[in-house]
Amino acid sequence: MTTPVIRTRGLTRHFTRHKATVEAVRGLDLEVAQGELVAFLGPNGAGKSTTLRMLTTLLPPTAGTAEVAGFDVVRRHRDVRRSIGYVGQGNAAGHAQRGRDELVSQARSFGMSRRQAHERAEQLIAAFDLTEQAGRPVSTLSGGQRRRLDVAIGLVHTPRILFLDEPSTGLDPQNRANLQEQITRLHAEQGTTIVLTTHYLEEADTIADRVVVIDHGVVIADDSATRLKSSLGDLVRLGFGSFADATLGAERAASIPGAVVEMDENQVTVRVAHGRDLAAGLVTDLAWQGAPVERIEVVGPTLDDVFLDLTGRSLRESNETPENDDIKGAAA
Amino acid sequence: MTTYADKGSLTLSTRRDRDMARPAPGLVADTWNVMVRELRPVFREPASVLFAMVQPLVFLGLFAPLLPKVEDGSALQWFVPGIVAMTALMGASFTGANLTQEIVTGSHERLLVSPLSRSSLLVGRALKEVVPMLMQAAIIVVVVTPFSFDLHLAHVLVGVVLLSLFSIGVGALSFALALAAKDQDWLFWTVQQTLIFPVLLLAGVLLPLQGAPGWLRTASDLNPLTYVIEAERALFAGTLPAGTVLAGFAASALVAAFGLWVGLRTMRRSS
Repeated sequence: MTTPVIRTRGLTRHFTRHKATVEAVRGLDLEVAQGELVAFLGPNGAGKSTTLRMLTTLLPPTAGTAEVAGFDVVRRHRDVRRSIGYVGQGNAAGHAQRGRDELVSQARSFGMSRRQAHERAEQLIAAFDLTEQAGRPVSTLSGGQRRRLDVAIGLVHTPRILFLDEPSTGLDPQNRANLQEQITRLHAEQGTTIVLTTHYLEEADTIADRVVVIDHGVVIADDSATRLKSSLGDLVRLGFGSFADATLGAERAASIPGAVVEMDENQVTVRVAHGRDLAAGLVTDLAWQGAPVERIEVVGPTLDDVFLDLTGRSLRESNETPENDDIKGAAA
Repeated sequence: MTTYADKGSLTLSTRRDRDMARPAPGLVADTWNVMVRELRPVFREPASVLFAMVQPLVFLGLFAPLLPKVEDGSALQWFVPGIVAMTALMGASFTGANLTQEIVTGSHERLLVSPLSRSSLLVGRALKEVVPMLMQAAIIVVVVTPFSFDLHLAHVLVGVVLLSLFSIGVGALSFALALAAKDQDWLFWTVQQTLIFPVLLLAGVLLPLQGAPGWLRTASDLNPLTYVIEAERALFAGTLPAGTVLAGFAASALVAAFGLWVGLRTMRRSS
């Protein structure tokens, strides 16, 4: 592996709230190589945003170290800021501002000349399809348009590393798909290292090369989505005409090595490696034994299954608990 | 919605390390950038500026007819510098209001991750309030000059420099207040409103404090704005009493230094 562009050692962050200490991030060791597209996946409050805020110099770590682009996030914070692009949860552009003005002033803050700044702004306005909106107050833009502007602002200086904090939260499916396309394109064309946080399983699954699953402030899994899922088997659901047939089906399925079988009335659920290959044989066998399968469904494992397997909780359900909003700490 | 596959490339040049090769803008350039950014919406919306400009004139128009006749010189000569100072203080104390909005919507966070230095974010925003103040002062002076007001331009310019210094301090304090209040804008407004009127009245902006009881005079003596107003009145009258003017500058410098210190400290603590 080449020298990592992000490297953390024992990265820790505590918050004090109502005299209680909340350990938002607990001893994170992480390395990200140049050109990776990494998703931090976890439920709300897992510590993924806190981690991102430490990596982007918004929040000093309580303990441990982090280097981004070769610079320590505490001691060399200005160099880190010059090297990274950041798209936060809120809007990068001030609501009273015009999009074009914000692009120009962001470019100027990186030391571009007036002419360069204007050229760069126009380039990004065209690339992000904001020609009609760039001259209007940001407050009048739609959510999707603002998000495109946010990403454009984050890319003004063509950063080597781009951080996105929950980029697609609050976007409708169409805009979310567009944003994901932009991110993957940026990664493919520029080789930009991209780190994003998300609690959308599908998002992590479709766009990231590598998924870092974070829960309660620690990394509980770190691999490609495919490999994370391949450790789990496929899910085979069989429907039978009667309880007796279903019982027979469950017994037969349980004889497969490694299979985990559950039965619910006339339905049998089998979690087993290579389930999609085994299913046909299972159905034929049961037909011979006089317990015909009436319905069959084979589902590949999802990242939610991975999360469930690791924590005993479903990520989808964890996200529905309203009080778990991510701790932003004293910043903001 | 379109897709983006057919759009132009996202890079400006092919050199990867270009961003690091570029020299870092200094504090002055950063501060200028922040100030210009803050001023842009103001100039893009000239109607809003005009409205803000007219306010002190309304105040002046409704208050000046009530001023008593005085033997030595005109009451207007005494009243105008107070109104100019009040306008400056009001404007500067609103600095944090914009910040509160930007904290809530997220653009403040973007600026924190940008290479702009913390102090430029603070000073740039505070300076932004000086520009409308200069314009307001100019309008007020232009409007009152045909009446019983003698314009001493050089003296007024010195007075404006003095007020700018004071405004930077107040702007920085307002900024710190907004950071401390975070996203609770009611808290910002409550504190701002609670403080601003006593400060104005104790400085004798609207009524002279000559006949005031002792405790009121002591409170007034402790108010830095009192010295600023006294200096402004002397300057607007075309005089240059060294002691009074220096006291005004000392008070302004004190407020500016204190404001910047508190502002920077609050900023470092909050991130």
